[in-house]
Amino acid sequence: MSNTDITSAEMDGMGPKGTKLGLARVLGPAHIWGLGVGIVLVGEYMGWNFAVGKGGAYAALLACWFAGILYSCVAMIDSEVTSTVAAAGGQYTQAKHIVGPLMAFNVGLYLVFAYTMLEAANAITFGFLIDTVAGMTGHEGLDQRPFIILSIMFLAWLNYRGVLATLTFSLVITAFAFCAIIALFLSTAVFMSDSPLRHVELMTDLPYGWLGVLAAMHFGLWYYLGIEGTCQAAEEVRSPARALPFGTLAGIMTLLIAATLTWYVSVGLMPWEYLGQAGVPLFDAARLSGSMTLMVLLGVGTMFATLASANGCINDASRAWFAMGRDHYLPDWFGAVHPKFRTPYRSIIFLVPIALVFALGAPLDQVITFSILSGLLGYTFMPMNVILFRRKWPLDTIKRGYEHPFHPIPAIILLCLCGVTFFAVFLGYGSQLVAMLSFYIIVSLWFHFWRYRFVRRAAQFTMPWPRPRGY
Amino acid sequence: MDIWNVMEYTAWGLSIVFGLYIVIDWIKTDSTYSEEELMSSREGELEAMTEEQQL
Repeated sequence: MSNTDITSAEMDGMGPKGTKLGLARVLGPAHIWGLGVGIVLVGEYMGWNFAVGKGGAYAALLACWFAGILYSCVAMIDSEVTSTVAAAGGQYTQAKHIVGPLMAFNVGLYLVFAYTMLEAANAITFGFLIDTVAGMTGHEGLDQRPFIILSIMFLAWLNYRGVLATLTFSLVITAFAFCAIIALFLSTAVFMSDSPLRHVELMTDLPYGWLGVLAAMHFGLWYYLGIEGTCQAAEEVRSPARALPFGTLAGIMTLLIAATLTWYVSVGLMPWEYLGQAGVPLFDAARLSGSMTLMVLLGVGTMFATLASANGCINDASRAWFAMGRDHYLPDWFGAVHPKFRTPYRSIIFLVPIALVFALGAPLDQVITFSILSGLLGYTFMPMNVILFRRKWPLDTIKRGYEHPFHPIPAIILLCLCGVTFFAVFLGYGSQLVAMLSFYIIVSLWFHFWRYRFVRRAAQFTMPWPRPRGY
Repeated sequence: MDIWNVMEYTAWGLSIVFGLYIVIDWIKTDSTYSEEELMSSREGELEAMTEEQQL
């Protein structure tokens, strides 16, 4: 520590253990907010409304709030652990330090799968949106493939060229998409003299009872899925202890507001039977408001939200893959950093064809389901992670950037809500859930019996922490 | 050929340009720098530098 000059302009990013090229530490709290909210906000523009189809409007609201509690727990737990384990890889690195190698390998794969599948889903949606716009201008039979490929190639290029431009781009388009939702709410509920909202006529009881509420939980995740992605930027923020908790917690607050407003406006404009299967519900809501300005605003907002989500997914999946490569959990070739752009360029390149294959060859609902399931497996790991973290390193042993309140209540609530959501997913996608679990069991066996021999066991634990309590 | 056909061809073209940029720069970088330097990144730099834990 003493022989490292952290103020050196030439040696930026150089660490005490021989680092010549590190990821660039250039991000602030606003970029973290943009990354987290950017990945998620597309879920407000589309996807969440399938919860309405599962159980009616009120079921979607209950799912929105229950999922909101789930993700608030995720955000609080992540903020505490990541502000302490501030390294690329996010939850993978947390698992490596706190639980063990096999858990870390699995969590790393959950992250890469969740983000790469979500990126593919966003690219498919982007192609669909362009096709919709073409259809509105009277053009039929548009080939969506070049637009799907362009979205992935452009964002991969942006990510390859540097994290600051990438996440500034995300920040701007995410802020626009969020403001569009606020504008829709204010226009329809406050400013329009004859409000088009018809809650009294459109709201019904729970059409499928409480079972519908349970089933709605599956798509309730869409309101917030991906906020945990803020952790992946831990090695690229200037001040992890401040920026990560601030950006993540501001992000979940933003999403709670956006989710509730989205639900309120949409169910006031559309009957639940239509809303439950709409492709682009917020855009439909804007059309029903009768305002051309809102239509354009929400149309552009939908496009931006999709791109911001894909952009954040490329960023996060590549950091997780990079961190696993750097630790030799995967071939160390992936652990390279670009000398000029300071990005994990080989990991970015490697994941591009995988995203393209899924975007061009797999059905959207399957891609989304695999993304949700991988994310859910990751959330299930978090309660165990934070309980072990607090037990091994109590508050007085390690300085944290943020200490989440009421421990272990958030961990227990998160675990219970994950259990409920697994059951909800099982009701609709049981075979995919079993297939996914089988896949992770097989790769775990491969890691345990083959790959782990290549891991440098002593070198992978880098945090200057005291010995864990009880060891 | 209407504007959407032109946009389709433009999207194909831009995708190829972005892809080529990445691949060419990748090859150039790998041939210019040593593997040791490219893979010298180590985890935990900031913590070791700025945090003052009791070891």
